[in-house]
Amino acid sequence: MYVRLDERYRVTLTLNGRERSAYAEPRTQLCDFLRHSLGATGTHVGCEHGVCGACTVMVDGRATRSCLMLAVQVEGRRVETIESLAKEGEMGDLQRAFREHHALQCGFCTAGILMSCHEFLGRVTDPSEAEVRDMLSGHLCRCTGYTGIVQAVLAVARARQNNRQEAP
Amino acid sequence: MNSAAPLHHQQSRSYVGKRQPRVEDEALLRGLGRYADDLAVPPGTLHAAVVRSPHAHARIQRVAIEAALQIPGVRGVLTGEDVKRWAAPFPVGVRQPMEHWCLAVDKVRYVGEPVAVIIAEDRYLAEDALESVEVEYDVLGVSIDPEMATNDDASVLHEAVGSNVVNDRYFNYGDADTAFEQAAHRLSLKVRYPRSACTPIECYVVLGQYDPAEGGYDVMANFQGPYAIHSVMARALQVPANRLRLRTPPDSGGSFGIKQGVFPYVVMMGLAARKVGAPVKWVEDRLEHLQGASSATNRVTTIEAAFASDGRVSALRFDQLDDCGAYLRAPEPATTYRMHGNVTGAYDIHHLQVRNRIVMTNKMPTGLNRGFGGPQVYFALERLMQRIAVTLDLDPLDVIRRNLVPTQAFPYRCSAGALLDSGDYRRGIELGVEQGGLEALRQRRESARREGRHYGIGYTVAVEPSISNMGYITMAQTPEERRRAGPKNGAVSTATISVDPLGSVSVHVSSTPQGQGHRTVAAQVVADVLGIPLESIRVDVELDTGKDAWSIASGNYSSRFAGAVAGAVHNAALKIRARLDAIAAQQWQVSVEDIRFGDGRIYTADGVHSTSFQRLAGATHWAPGTLPESETGGLRETAFWTPAELTAPDDDERINSSLCYGFIFDYCGVELDSLTGRVTIDRYVTLHDAGRMLNPQLVDGQVRGAFAQAVGAALYEAFHYNEDGSFASGTLADYLIPTTVEVPDPTILHMETPSPFTPLGAKGVGEGNNMSTPVCIANAVADALGDAVEPGAIELPLTPSKVRMLMGIEEPPRPEGVAEENAQASAGGGSKLSASDSVEIPASPQQVFASILDPDTLKAMIPGCHSLELTGDNAYRADVTVGVGMIRARFDARVELTELEPPHSLRLSGAGKSGMGDAAGAAKIRFSEIEGGKTRLDYDYEVTVGGKIASVGGRMLSSASKMLIGQIFSRLSQRLSGSTSKGSLWQRLRALTGKRGGDQ
Amino acid sequence: MKPAAFDYYRPTTRREAIEQLVERGEDARIIAGGQSLMAVLNMRLSQPRVLIDISAVEELRYIERRDGYLAVGAATTQAELAEYAALADEVPLLAQMLPWIGHFQTRNRGTVCGSIAHADPSAELPLCLATLGGEVVLETKRGKPRRVTGDDFFQGILTTARRPYELITEVRFPLSKAGHRYRFQEVAMRHGDFAIVALAVDIGETEYRLGVGGVADRPVVRRIPRDVDLDDALNTLAWSLGAQDDIHASATYRRHLVREMGRRLMTEEIVQEETADVRPAR
Repeated sequence: MYVRLDERYRVTLTLNGRERSAYAEPRTQLCDFLRHSLGATGTHVGCEHGVCGACTVMVDGRATRSCLMLAVQVEGRRVETIESLAKEGEMGDLQRAFREHHALQCGFCTAGILMSCHEFLGRVTDPSEAEVRDMLSGHLCRCTGYTGIVQAVLAVARARQNNRQEAP
Repeated sequence: MNSAAPLHHQQSRSYVGKRQPRVEDEALLRGLGRYADDLAVPPGTLHAAVVRSPHAHARIQRVAIEAALQIPGVRGVLTGEDVKRWAAPFPVGVRQPMEHWCLAVDKVRYVGEPVAVIIAEDRYLAEDALESVEVEYDVLGVSIDPEMATNDDASVLHEAVGSNVVNDRYFNYGDADTAFEQAAHRLSLKVRYPRSACTPIECYVVLGQYDPAEGGYDVMANFQGPYAIHSVMARALQVPANRLRLRTPPDSGGSFGIKQGVFPYVVMMGLAARKVGAPVKWVEDRLEHLQGASSATNRVTTIEAAFASDGRVSALRFDQLDDCGAYLRAPEPATTYRMHGNVTGAYDIHHLQVRNRIVMTNKMPTGLNRGFGGPQVYFALERLMQRIAVTLDLDPLDVIRRNLVPTQAFPYRCSAGALLDSGDYRRGIELGVEQGGLEALRQRRESARREGRHYGIGYTVAVEPSISNMGYITMAQTPEERRRAGPKNGAVSTATISVDPLGSVSVHVSSTPQGQGHRTVAAQVVADVLGIPLESIRVDVELDTGKDAWSIASGNYSSRFAGAVAGAVHNAALKIRARLDAIAAQQWQVSVEDIRFGDGRIYTADGVHSTSFQRLAGATHWAPGTLPESETGGLRETAFWTPAELTAPDDDERINSSLCYGFIFDYCGVELDSLTGRVTIDRYVTLHDAGRMLNPQLVDGQVRGAFAQAVGAALYEAFHYNEDGSFASGTLADYLIPTTVEVPDPTILHMETPSPFTPLGAKGVGEGNNMSTPVCIANAVADALGDAVEPGAIELPLTPSKVRMLMGIEEPPRPEGVAEENAQASAGGGSKLSASDSVEIPASPQQVFASILDPDTLKAMIPGCHSLELTGDNAYRADVTVGVGMIRARFDARVELTELEPPHSLRLSGAGKSGMGDAAGAAKIRFSEIEGGKTRLDYDYEVTVGGKIASVGGRMLSSASKMLIGQIFSRLSQRLSGSTSKGSLWQRLRALTGKRGGDQ
Repeated sequence: MKPAAFDYYRPTTRREAIEQLVERGEDARIIAGGQSLMAVLNMRLSQPRVLIDISAVEELRYIERRDGYLAVGAATTQAELAEYAALADEVPLLAQMLPWIGHFQTRNRGTVCGSIAHADPSAELPLCLATLGGEVVLETKRGKPRRVTGDDFFQGILTTARRPYELITEVRFPLSKAGHRYRFQEVAMRHGDFAIVALAVDIGETEYRLGVGGVADRPVVRRIPRDVDLDDALNTLAWSLGAQDDIHASATYRRHLVREMGRRLMTEEIVQEETADVRPAR
């Protein structure tokens, strides 16, 4: 795959379970592509140098800074964004826990945080508070002081654990 | 504790005062928020990128845009010339001949100041053209340190003023001089409060449009208010206020005051749209934000107290020097006066003198920032109270207790004019001590100290002002100036409630929230008054100055929502209810007193009559003929509310600067790591009395958020400027916002002493910890460090390095044989680097000297030199690619050889500019003959770097400069010897390889 | 903050990657995880003509135990290495150090070789490679792959022995030696930040191998015999690094940490100030 700088390449990917495609230049940042070409504006851009974490999405199941990836790099890959978390119009447990624990205020950093939590909770079923804080340390939130976010993640982990135990 | 809020009207209390999940959350959690950059733009919208000054202070000689206009996709460039033609400078809050335009017109006065705007088809293309705008600068001396900027010989930013001190006011209340004479003790403390900002994660966004038919501007921006600034913008655009339609988006990604500072860009993008005849959108990036958006005011305070042996303070003197940066941008100098009426804090201190000076420096202009003036005042006041306790060997809490405003004194008039509305400070202290576990904390300190650990406890009490008096800013003027200008006062809030033909309720507030949950609280208030389900109410917080009810105090600042805006919502709901009361009373022929609202119904107390809310309210639209004569039909009410207590400053210079004053009592235990100096907050207790809590969950959210920002200000965050004015905190890896791991959970305690002055008894709570927490942590660190440390040396942020240095590092001497490091960055780090080194070259001094004068050799010496063109006597223009690792830029450079003393010495200097910044360097080179006919070449050099690379690459600059300078001389040596010389260790290492690339 | 324009090339074999690199030389930049490069591109501090993305070169994605080394291919991410089950046994220093690199979201894409190629003097992986005496494998179109030891590879700030037409295909970390112990400690401003001082030590029977990151313009490694006066040796090391003041820490503080943290680390009065609390093992 070779794309010249003045070429527009039709990037095809699986976004939130559906095949989507749109044109991008080689230099188009993934975050811009998702937001402005594919209309997935739920992902936000906060620093464009990989520190704040607001733009975090999942690429092939891994939480990734979308400001540090190019649109052309997701050709053929699977991308999930905050828009994928509600199923059939209903918010998932993580989203509900965020609301319950007042884990967001302005909500701008929330999309990225949810995607990191989504990957993390799929991998770590019984996290300690220290592990949750470590996982979240790749995100900056200026509103909440983080307490509600930590509580929400721990609550979801506990609830899922209980569900698993109750399940036959 | 007075627990019952005054009931202004009989109503159900299903929602207000209770935890209530937010109506905002579902959209935000599903990625359906509508932030400024998410909104659709008109077809043909263009995108802007801003050309910014790499210099802290320079005269603009020329702005050449022709090359930029040739770049594909570029549709226009807005310059200072356009701005001078179409706009005016922003009005300034002091009477001084200072001009601040939305683009620099004559001089630039801080790094990052906008100079021109590229308008192109997309942002990528606009940025492509940034480097093509050629700006010639005549660089001037800088004033960076606020105290030095007041000196007579300081470089002056605004020449017409004649000094950097643009405002100097002195206030005297009571008889402080006598109190100081008579006092048993006096203590003075000088403290410096640094620059930081609350840096929302969403940066500024502006969409500007211009309508030549109406001569009006239509701008969407994530502005936060105060809408007094709308007048500032309209005057700068030279249009009547009704020709500047300012709109805000439904959601905002945080502000904390900072988005007040978007206003110059509202004007700029309006003009940009006018320039190209198309809508123009600009999204600020993080570097632009950090270097150019807004900052809290840094302050140097000398505070002095007169006090008795029991710690009772009789008088205070404040000398405050506020550094507002390069321009006094509206509403500054508000930082200085926001706290003026209550500058004595929670204390009953009668005699007071205050001197306030405003100084201009070559730094980004200051503006609203959560806490606004509070952190600076309390840092001085509460550090002083701690020092008084230490001096008298008293418990700091006892000193605090002895000075508190007595409970029976409320409402209490402070010496500078604040009317403390309500409170019970002594009870607050006792509650905090008991419920927060102070005794246990003291025991932790005892046991830690027994083990030799560094543990300290700090205390702070503070009053948290909310609902600013729009008149306090005029305190910067003399009473005479104020008389001439006419009184300014009050704080008008508005809310509008509409009931549509189907009976559903819509609320509009002009509070422009940025995540605080105003929609939820407004819905709670309305649901209770109208007895309808919260879910049925829709609250709109977008503001359109062309359509909505608003006033100068509209917007989201000074923690005014709960007290003022929710109160206005309440009043508007009461107006709706009064109309429905009257309608129902007539229909049912009962007394108004018998009408009840609840469960979505309107009914009589005796249960005889009942109808649904929708039906009765809908009748105002469907059947106005059935209504009482007093009814005009339709159902929409706007309430404006302003408190009577917010009067203009009086001739004795007393000002009730805010309407409400909450109370905060904080204490914390910290431990200092003996190895690293890291401050760990062991426990933090914060007690708040913010009057009646409308939604305790949101109150706690505000406390936690403010606390986290304050932890940042106390321990991590600061905007660093180098001595030359270059900015060193241009990324979020340099400007350090604390993460989950750095922010502990505070213990939050509440009491409720309702305000008698607000409709719902609520006070603001959003800024308290920004004010109280930095100094509380500093007091704890001071306690842990003990008496040996100079009190004024405890400066924020208390980084591990700073704290460990204060703990004392007994450094063993440099061992013999370890070479002194020859490159030293200037004090405090920064862009200026001077160093010396030497190299041996296998040729005679004459040969070496001559070869440097030879253009071919010179070209070969300069790494990455593509061409060298002679422009004068030993003067060249060079095209050079300078690179370290993956970082690389092409410089247009001037190279000169001067001070030629063959074959002994010469001076090699160079200066260049590139898209990533400017660099200048000079080396004095001395040649001496050594054994074997060789030459020892000694060089002393100085390098300065400015612009983007200094802002984002500070960590690397010193090593990178050293490497690049070293390369020049090793290349000379290579050229003369055909091999490498035995120079410095560094060169020997370099010699091991040929070509190299840093990254892969 | 948008990158300047460049061509984008995504080869699927190392041969294709190297051919393109040789053809384009200094105009090309290799991107693997992009966790350093993309930020630099966004800020336009680098404006290559072509970006060669090796993340799809599957033959460079491996972790293999070979010839006394743990060999890590150039497309292997830091997360993949952290998940390598035997890491704590085979290269314990690496296992201790990996959680300190940025955050899991950056380790998910950031590659091991990429961090080493970038040669940030405060980064953990270069320090680890240098301390352990590992190697970097560089390949070009013709000839045998060149193997360069960590000591020789890091030449200054962001500067390495890699030549413009060479691709780093692999780094090799020596497997742990019997009887040796490995320790790592770092002080950074915040969790996940670049180190103010990072220390790594290989404690052998007769000598310490102590690596210092974050102070000099590259990781610096000293061998210190176990029978010398440790305080003197550390003081000499501390002064020899050319520590400088910057906006976050003073030179004196950095020297203090090299001496005091070094002594504690080497004599095993371990201060797991942060590791114990917050670093997850998974």
